Amino acid sequence: MSRQSNRTTDSKKMNSELFTLTYGALVTQLCKDYENDEEVNKQLDKMGYNIGVRLIEDFLARSSIGRCQDFRETADVIAKVAFKMYLGTTPSVTNWSPAGDEFSLILESNPLVDFVELPDNHNTLIYSNLLCGALRGSLEMVQMAVDVKFVQDTLRGDNVTEIRMKFIKRIEENLPAGDE
Amino acid sequence: MVIFSVYLVNKAGGLIYQYDNYVPRAEAEKTFSFPLDLVLKHHDEKVVVSFGQRDGIRVGHAVLSINGVDVIGKNTAEGKDILEYLKDASNYPVSIRFGRARLSSNEKLMLASMFHSLFAIGSQLSPDAGSSGIEMLETDVFKLHCFQTLTGIKFIVLADPRQSGIDALLRKIYEIYSDFALKNPFYSLEMPIRCELFDQNLKSALEIAEKAGNFGAGS
Repeated sequence: MSRQSNRTTDSKKMNSELFTLTYGALVTQLCKDYENDEEVNKQLDKMGYNIGVRLIEDFLARSSIGRCQDFRETADVIAKVAFKMYLGTTPSVTNWSPAGDEFSLILESNPLVDFVELPDNHNTLIYSNLLCGALRGSLEMVQMAVDVKFVQDTLRGDNVTEIRMKFIKRIEENLPAGDE
Repeated sequence: MVIFSVYLVNKAGGLIYQYDNYVPRAEAEKTFSFPLDLVLKHHDEKVVVSFGQRDGIRVGHAVLSINGVDVIGKNTAEGKDILEYLKDASNYPVSIRFGRARLSSNEKLMLASMFHSLFAIGSQLSPDAGSSGIEMLETDVFKLHCFQTLTGIKFIVLADPRQSGIDALLRKIYEIYSDFALKNPFYSLEMPIRCELFDQNLKSALEIAEKAGNFGAGS
């Protein structure tokens, strides 16, 4: 009975340090296997994408949020609901472009990078690139093509961690019926 | 208060999961002696009653089993044509079970893709823009409820018309799908779902919904 009732607040808590360690082990193993930061970034993005396409259903099932009417609403939902639900942190949405199709997410805390320091020989490694892939994958499943990238990263010496999201287009193929 | 079946249809209209929760009530097994007083004929790869009605056997019922052994399409389990078998007096007395023919899995696949196309008609017929697709289809025997997620997957539940709480059940099935199908790394998206845990949890969700529906006005 406990499994079926209170799923919306995710009663199963896990040690976040185990999560950080797991992610760290993943990235270091990828570095050893590929030995090339660009390649590792690509792999992290791909893995994130595969997580994203599955995670979106979990998100929609638990949050019962309807379709967002515009990109601003999407940004709010991502920052206030999705990040809160999965990473326990609420980034702020800023730096809107004049056309309203680009915005930045500023993360104060990122559970993936607790206790992490990037060594000098991995200058171009985007450690949390999994997040970008996940955002891209999940939005693609709700018919939005976006471009997501890190523009600032505290691991590489910047002051804040900033993710820039740009709306490319609405995906018109395979649109679910009733969504015009 | 019964939930008859659950269908899951993917984005492209293909059936990825199907579960039947009902036991067909109208089945009759009788022993016959030569000559058979029912007229049988071939129909759609099955042998059905075309004339003659008695003791619970109705026109349209199919031959389900002969002498306790299930038939395979038009032939008996041994491969003999049923009509030929029943013309032979030496095979009598024979015990035949008649009942409403159950849908084969191919038929279910076809019906699911047809429903996928019809679903869109709901939004196209709408006088106003922004209508959803077909959400409910009602007949005098059952009510079909359909829920389409933002990602295009349809959850279809066939239930007793008086059964309540189906909306909550559809959301619950969505949660079960996102848990036991999607979080299983070996399940590929849009493919038929063959996950034990998904089956088990779906069955218990149906039981709970059926029990809750008995109390009348559910959610």
